[in-house]
Parts: sequence; C-alpha cells; structure tokens
Amino acid sequence: MTDVLLKTEAIYKEFSGVPVLKGIDLEIVRGEVLGIIGENGAGKSTLMKILGGIYTPTSGQISFEGRPVTIREPSDAKKLGISLIPQEFNLVKDLTVYDNIFLGSEIRQRNGLLDKKTMMARTKSLLEELEVTIRPDERIDRLSAAEKQMVEISKAVAMDAKLLIMDEPTTVLTQYEIDILYRLMHRLKRQGVTIIYISHKLKEVKAICDRVMVLRDGEVICLEPIDKLSIYQMAERMVGRELSQIFPKKERAGTEPVLTVQNLTVPGVLENISFELNKGEILGLAGLVGAGRTEVAETIMGIRKHTAGEIILNGARLEIASPEDAVAAGISYLSEDRQGSGILTGFNVVDNITLVSLRAYCDYAIDLINSKRQRAAAQQHVERFNIKTQGLDTRLEFLSGGNQQKVSLAKSIDPQPIVLIADEPTRGVDVSAKQEIYRFIKSLADMGLSCLFISSEQEEIVGMCHRVLVMKEGRMMGVLSGDEISEAEIMFLATGVRETETLHE
Amino acid sequence: MSSNALTANFKKFNYEKYASLIALVVLFIISSILSPYFLQVQNILNILRQVSYTGIIALGMTFVIISGGIDLSVGSVAAFVGAVGIIALNYFLPIVGNEYIAVTIGIVVALLMGSLAGALNGFMITRGKIAPFIVTLGTMAIFRSLSLFIGNAGEVRSDSNLFGNFGMNSVLFLPVPVFVMLVLAAVLSVMLNQTRYGRYLCAVGSNARVAAYSAVNVDRIKFLAYTLIGLTVGISATLLSSRFNAVSTSNMGMFFELDAIAAVIIGGTPMTGGRGTIWGTVIGAIILGVINNMLNMLGVSPYLQGTVKGIVIIGAVYIQRQRA
Repeated sequence: MTDVLLKTEAIYKEFSGVPVLKGIDLEIVRGEVLGIIGENGAGKSTLMKILGGIYTPTSGQISFEGRPVTIREPSDAKKLGISLIPQEFNLVKDLTVYDNIFLGSEIRQRNGLLDKKTMMARTKSLLEELEVTIRPDERIDRLSAAEKQMVEISKAVAMDAKLLIMDEPTTVLTQYEIDILYRLMHRLKRQGVTIIYISHKLKEVKAICDRVMVLRDGEVICLEPIDKLSIYQMAERMVGRELSQIFPKKERAGTEPVLTVQNLTVPGVLENISFELNKGEILGLAGLVGAGRTEVAETIMGIRKHTAGEIILNGARLEIASPEDAVAAGISYLSEDRQGSGILTGFNVVDNITLVSLRAYCDYAIDLINSKRQRAAAQQHVERFNIKTQGLDTRLEFLSGGNQQKVSLAKSIDPQPIVLIADEPTRGVDVSAKQEIYRFIKSLADMGLSCLFISSEQEEIVGMCHRVLVMKEGRMMGVLSGDEISEAEIMFLATGVRETETLHE
Repeated sequence: MSSNALTANFKKFNYEKYASLIALVVLFIISSILSPYFLQVQNILNILRQVSYTGIIALGMTFVIISGGIDLSVGSVAAFVGAVGIIALNYFLPIVGNEYIAVTIGIVVALLMGSLAGALNGFMITRGKIAPFIVTLGTMAIFRSLSLFIGNAGEVRSDSNLFGNFGMNSVLFLPVPVFVMLVLAAVLSVMLNQTRYGRYLCAVGSNARVAAYSAVNVDRIKFLAYTLIGLTVGISATLLSSRFNAVSTSNMGMFFELDAIAAVIIGGTPMTGGRGTIWGTVIGAIILGVINNMLNMLGVSPYLQGTVKGIVIIGAVYIQRQRA
C-alpha cells in the first residue's frame, strides 16, 4: 500500500490554442524524490507552475492527500503545503535571512512592531536543524548562490511544506554546493518531505531521485524507478522522436572558412572555444541552458570582453570592442532575448528593421534619414519574410511574437552581414512561423551567408545544421557532422555522458 | 489601405501629437474671453519673451529626457556661464578695444562654457555610470556655489551697452530670444525626427540594451545629449544676461530646471523617454507662460501661481497616463 501525496489526472494545458500539456497522469508517493526530465519546451515548467498555482490547467483534476483540490493561485498551493523554488530566487536581496523567511507571515509583538528576536531565534533553530551555517541576520545579497538556495529551502520548510518542487536547482551551484544540497535533500526526505526535482542533468537525477518521469511534447513518455533506466536510456527517451518535415533539405555547404574563432576565453564563462565557420554553412551551437552558447555570441559581438583568443573574419584578425565594431566588420547578431535586447516595442516596423543599418539610409554630413529609401527597404523585408502587420508604421507592440521575431531577423540581416549569429531564432513562435524562419535562414545560407545557429531545441539543430558544436559549462564537448548529428548524440555530449574522441587528440 | 492609413493618421492626430496644441488653443480662447487685453500683440510677445529663456533650455531638456535622463543643473549652470561670459567680455573689452569683438568673445565663451558644463555631466553619467539625477544634483550645487563665489554673491555687470542691447532687439518683429527659440526648435526638431542621431536617441531612451545590441554607441548618444543641453543653457544664459546687462549670481536661473522639465512634460514627452516632441515642448513652455499671464491679469496672488503650475504639470502627466 502506497501513500499517495499528490495525484494528477488528465491535466491539459493550452496557451492560446497551442497544447503544452496533453493529459498528464501522475502519482507522487509521500517521501519520495521524483525526477522530472525532458527537453526545453517539453512542459516540465508548465506542469510545475500548475502545481504551484501560477497557471491553472485548461482541464484535468488534481488531488492532494486523497482530496480533490483546485489550486488557483500561489497562496492556495502554500496553504496545501506545496512550495515551488523557481530557478530565479524569490528573495528580497536587501533584507536579512530571517526577514525573508518570515516575509508575508511576520511575527509581531503585542504593540504591532515586529518581533525580531523571536523570528531570529526561530530562523536560527531552523537553519541549525537543516545543518546550514548561515547567520540569520545576514543580508541576502551577501550570500552565495548555494546559500540563497538553502534559504529558499528553509523558507519552504518554515511553511511546513509537504511537497517541495525544485526547478533546475543546481544550475548556479558548484559541485561542493551541490553536495550540500544533496545532503539537505536526504535529510528532508527522512523528515517525510516529498520532493520533485526538475533537471537537465541526468547524472544528478540518477544520483538523487527514487523515480524518474520523462516528459516529451507535453506527454508522459515513461515513469519508472530510477534503477530501471540508465542515463543513456533517459537521454534516448527525452529526444526519441522522428524528425518532422518542417525542415528544408540541407544543401552542401562551402569549405572555405569565413569566420575562425581560436581559443576564445572569458574567465569563468568560456574556456578555449575554437571553431571554423565556412561559407554558406549553418554551424549549430548546442548545449543545455547555461552551457555558454549565448556567451560565445556575445563575446564575438564585443558585448563581453575576452582575455584570450582570436576572431578572424575572411583572413583578417578583428579587434571587436562593441557590437558597432562587429556589425561594421560584417557580423550580425539575432538576440535570444527578443524583448530585452532584440526589438524596440515602441518603434514601428520601419524604424526597427533599419535600426542596425541606419547609416546606409542617411544622406549628407548631418545624416539626414532618407525616409523613402528606408521605407522601400522595410517593405521588401515585410514581403520577403511575410511579416503580418497592419502597416509599416505599426508599432511592434501590436505584432504577434512570431512577426516580432521576423522583424528582429530582418533587422539583423538588413546590414547584409557576412556572418549571422542566430540565437534561439524560433523561441516563442508557433510552428508555421518556425518553418518560415528555417526557410529564410536556409535560403540566406544558400546565397553564401554563414550562420552560427544557437538553439536549445535539439530537433532544430539536427534539422538545420551542417555541423554541430556541443558545449557544456563554457567548454567545447565535441563537434558532430554529417550522419553523426542526432539528438541522442547531442544530448550525450551536452550532459557530459560522453565526449567525442576528436577532443582527446 | 489608404483610407485605413488615413484613419490611423487621424487617430494619431487627435490624441498623440496635437494634444498639447489643443490644450493651448483652448487656453487661448478662455484667456481672450476672460481678458480683452490678452490677445493684444504686445501681450502675446511679452508672454513669448518670458517663456523663451526657459523654453530654449527645455528644448535641450527634451533631448535629455528622451534619452531616459534628466538635468537638474541647468539653472545653476545658466548663472555660472552667464557670469563667466560677462567677465570674459569685460576682460577683453579694454584689450581688443572693439566692442563688437569683445561681445562676440563673451558670447562664445558663454556658449563654450555651457557646452563644457553639459559635457562634464555627460562624462560622469556615461563613463562614471552614475545616475543622471545624482550627477546633475551634484553639479547643480557646484555651479551655483561657483557662480556665487566669482560674483561674490552679488551682480556681475557688463561694461558694454552693446551687449545689453542685442538681446532686446527684434528680428522679423519677434524679440531676439523668441526668434532664437523658434529657430533652435526648428533645427532640433529636424535633428530629432529626421537624422540618425535623433533615431538613436529615441532607441537609447526606449531600451538602452536593445540599442547597444543594435550597434548603437549608447554612451556617445547620451554624452551628446548632455552637451547639447549645456549649449542651450549657454544660449539662454547669454540672452538673459543681455536683458539685464548683468547676472545676479544668487537669483539667475533659479527653478529653471523645474520650468524646463515642466514644459517638456506638458508638451507630451513622457518622463520614461524613448520618444518626444520638440514643438510640443515649445507649446508646453507657452502654456506655462499663458497661465502665468492669465493669473496676473485676473489679479490672482503671485504666491498662488506655483499651485496652479503644479496642478497643470500633474494633470498633464495624468492625462498622458490615460492615453498610454
């Protein structure tokens, strides 16, 4: 007889008509550590946010301790004893540890003032109980990432959490800190706390979890005791899917190198990154979140300063100190963070598309913008990329995500670069827009543009790229080409299960 | 398609672009009903002259606010560069012996010092990565104290009558300061709307990170905006010191920063930056002037004029919020 803490039946979740979860049935046994793994976009976080009350399911039923419950908002989850520790900590950095632990449920004296003494004493005993050595009156911003994690966990324990959900808890932790976290998890488990552990890192899941659930495309692929699955089997189940037909056929790429990167190093971020990008080639840059792919792009663009290494474009060594230099040299960057660093939502379609290349549309010494030429160029991009907009003067905030992304792409290629770095070019866009974007990038490559293609979606890396460079923790794990390129192979390298022999020469 | 565009333009016309102009027209109608004297040419020219000194600074302030910043130091800098300009004029007058040359030198020195003061602000904001509010709060204190020091807290009087005259002349029936404000507004409006710099300025204010990723030299754009407002302060200070042929180091430029910011805001440029309008700022400045004029004519206590000004500023921003 098992003691089921939480049970979900046929949980469906749609976002504006797009199904993200397709009927999740799950039983979590009290006191177990359940690992949930899956590719980006498989639905892990969505499922957790449903349990945490941040999203409500489109349909389906959740029972907690045998009773059906509805979790409409985070406070409902809190009342039940479900505590979600997100990837980005929810701590107020200017407050102390005990302030944060009691945030929202402060203990007060009779006169209404805060009873700091009691809160501090309780925090102290709580931290001691968890064998964490942090001073209760330390300010949060003076703590390390691991310590912050400990405070988050303490906070959850202080709320008498029965179910603790940890979303990628180890991305910011060192191995030493991870060991501390594991000991803490074991202790919590002995105290009867149930833990859901979401991770990309299969080794960790294998080490800490009792059972593992594999999610793929919003469906449960398998739910097994951890000893029934090897790390290889887990990786295979995460990616095991037929390549669908949305990718254009690959043409043969050129062989003359256009961009050569040698021993690129940014201390603590990138270590000895070297690769060659050939004419007309699409070179994939794969890896898990935090592997350092975007950092490679940012370093080439001059947004990050490198301490060692060379960037050579068409035989000439480049000194790039800023994106201005990079663009002038012929390298363009399509940012992964569309809203944060890609487009200006307050600018219209024309002004966005020509922002990077504006110099080309200016006349006279005072750089008077030639509005006619500018609009004509924008109109061409709108037609070429099939951008759906009311007009050229429509502000980007009124365009859909997919069309915003196309504008962002148009903006990156309008300066007619030699090299395009496309960072997550299809993030947050629907399938049809994805397909269009794939075609555009391919047709650009066919015309001789070289593309560094960064993506977290293994499927599109496999479907698009001539060669794939796989990274892990700021280092190159291997380069795959031709038939070697497969989702499983990428996953093995990205998770560190295997390194290709070519690197051990 | 074209009728769609027309409707879109019409909508824009109504709410975004011309809101401050509509407010000004309404204010004009009310004022002319309340006082028959209001619409007389001399009164209108007086209003324009009164607002032109802070109006010129407000033009530079528009650029700074679009860039996402603020400049609190303009009043103090005006007093300082006004005084320095007159001191230079007085120093060179006996040396060169020609009043025209000496006045020119005085003006050039004032404009240069103004630009330099602005550049100093810009340098600390971009290179020092210090918030504009803090930097210009500091230089506000510094330049006021420096001008009090060089003028011994009193007046710095010019030795040239020519200097005292040029600012009181008229060009095309307009008082010189008004003419300068309108010409400057025309130039800056083109610069804002039709040049690469203006486009970049809006991009920087809209989202500095996106601008930087789009190969815009964010620091340079900001630096130039602060240098530009410094220049406008130099122009304003020259015209104002010409009006009295002297600079009162303790009084000149007091609360100019507030009037300039108010003109920008009332004109429809949002404090959050990213977009803005030069002609709106001109209208904003005139609105403030008309309100003052009307209150004077109605015999409202001058002590209460600040209250009305405050209400207008808050009201203007409130209406903008509703629009957004």
